[in-house]
Amino acid sequence: MDRIICIENLILEYQAEEGSEPKRAVDDVSIDIERGSFTAVIGRNGSGKSTLAKTMNALLLPTEGKVYTAGFDTADAEHLWDIRQNAGMVFQNPDNQLVSAIVEDDVAFGPENIGVDPDQIRVRVDEALTAVNMYDYRKKAPHMLSGGQKQRIAIAGIIAMKPACIIFDEPTAMLDPKGRKDVLGIIHKLHDEGITVVLITHFMEEAAQADTVVILDNGRIAAKGTPEEVFSLRNVIQSAGLEMPFAADVADRLRAKGIDISEGILEMDELVEAICQLK
Amino acid sequence: MLRDITLGQYYPGESLVHKLDARIKIIATVAFIAAVFIVDNFYGFVIIMAALAAVIGISKVPLKFILRGLKPVFVIILFTFVLNLFMIRGEVLWSLGFLHITKQGLHTAVFLAIRLIFLIIGSSMLTLTTRPISLTDGIEKLLNPLKRFKVPAHELAMMMTIALRFIPTLMEETDKIMKAQQARGADFESGNLMRRIKALIPILVPLFISAFRIASDLAMAMEARCYRGDHGRTRMNAMKIQKRDIAAVALTLFFLAATVAERIVF
Repeated sequence: MDRIICIENLILEYQAEEGSEPKRAVDDVSIDIERGSFTAVIGRNGSGKSTLAKTMNALLLPTEGKVYTAGFDTADAEHLWDIRQNAGMVFQNPDNQLVSAIVEDDVAFGPENIGVDPDQIRVRVDEALTAVNMYDYRKKAPHMLSGGQKQRIAIAGIIAMKPACIIFDEPTAMLDPKGRKDVLGIIHKLHDEGITVVLITHFMEEAAQADTVVILDNGRIAAKGTPEEVFSLRNVIQSAGLEMPFAADVADRLRAKGIDISEGILEMDELVEAICQLK
Repeated sequence: MLRDITLGQYYPGESLVHKLDARIKIIATVAFIAAVFIVDNFYGFVIIMAALAAVIGISKVPLKFILRGLKPVFVIILFTFVLNLFMIRGEVLWSLGFLHITKQGLHTAVFLAIRLIFLIIGSSMLTLTTRPISLTDGIEKLLNPLKRFKVPAHELAMMMTIALRFIPTLMEETDKIMKAQQARGADFESGNLMRRIKALIPILVPLFISAFRIASDLAMAMEARCYRGDHGRTRMNAMKIQKRDIAAVALTLFFLAATVAERIVF
């Protein structure tokens, strides 16, 4: 088993104010993320999911426990740049992560930082922009683009660094439905191309499409497994302050009424199919 | 009103002016500014006007777009004009009470107004035809020799890049805050000057807070993208001096010489 990210008994504490009790944002979490997998991490606000994501590329360092990314200990400052090159990160706010006033220059920022050859950068930038369907916008200024387009540029900026793994920290939270759909489509496409995806989200429908779902509550893992397994745990989901995916919720309620609908329904079309099959 | 500022806004294009090396354009702009100050009569302005018109013509930046950049500084131009018009003593042309317009005053007022307009248009031609990144790259390269004296050339250039990138973002933010305050009854348009300045405080405080939030988000994103100053950094568009750059230097020198000659002759 080839693990790209390996989190062992991670504890992360921070001090909200000088002299106050340290608060525990992540409490004894262990997760293995396999190369090429698609993991969704869900949890309500303040559940520690963003904090957990930031430990994966050494933006935050463990208070206790270990995080290994691409085989390097994140606490080891010597490999910091290897870790960040291998585990790219896309953030929530599309505006606040673009550095340059020209789209293609922004995409070039990452490769420039890791010292890629100028000719090579050009190739990578064009490839990355094509991959997110934004090649035609390469000379535009970011502030002229929509939120979804900006987020796609941010993703291109990461792809251009050729990471093995991309961590998405609520990439669709600030987007309109169209932008959300586009960005999710690209995330799935990247996964199909072999990039390991870690998706932090609070949209259950997004999580339902992952290979593995992790529910965080109060910094602890409340449940972990395939979407079918996790979304059958109605009580856990509700006590973690989350909602069931719509299709799963309807299927559940129908079952409770004694209507014969099979287990493990997560997607709308599966639900429609199951209802149409009823006699 | 907040969207009128073209200073620092790039007008995309493929013209010869756009393609010139940023370093050359910066030097040429400095030469142009020097020329505007060398000239001390209206004949000199003809030379400057011709040069500026040629650059604008080649650049294919619409004149309307360039003139829009003058709007925000219009008040300053008007202020200097009026001040000069009435303050300078000399041969009285027209007077009303204590106000006198003199021949010398009119001359200086018109002269300085033209000089200011040339300065602004000239320097905005640099920012209009140069991608902000190239511009800051150019500044970085020009400052590079000063690194030996601990001048943080790369850091300065990066700060400028980011400032340019976030001017529109912060303007949108200001717009948003203003609208939010107006929706709750804030009044920015009436009252005397003092009152209007006071009314700006509820805009500035949230704006500062949001600027700090953006800065912290951006710093995080930059770190995640392996930014570590100019250590081991390469550039996508490596700068190379081309033939056209040499030609531009020659033309700039010729232009500078022409203005100097004009001053000596007239």
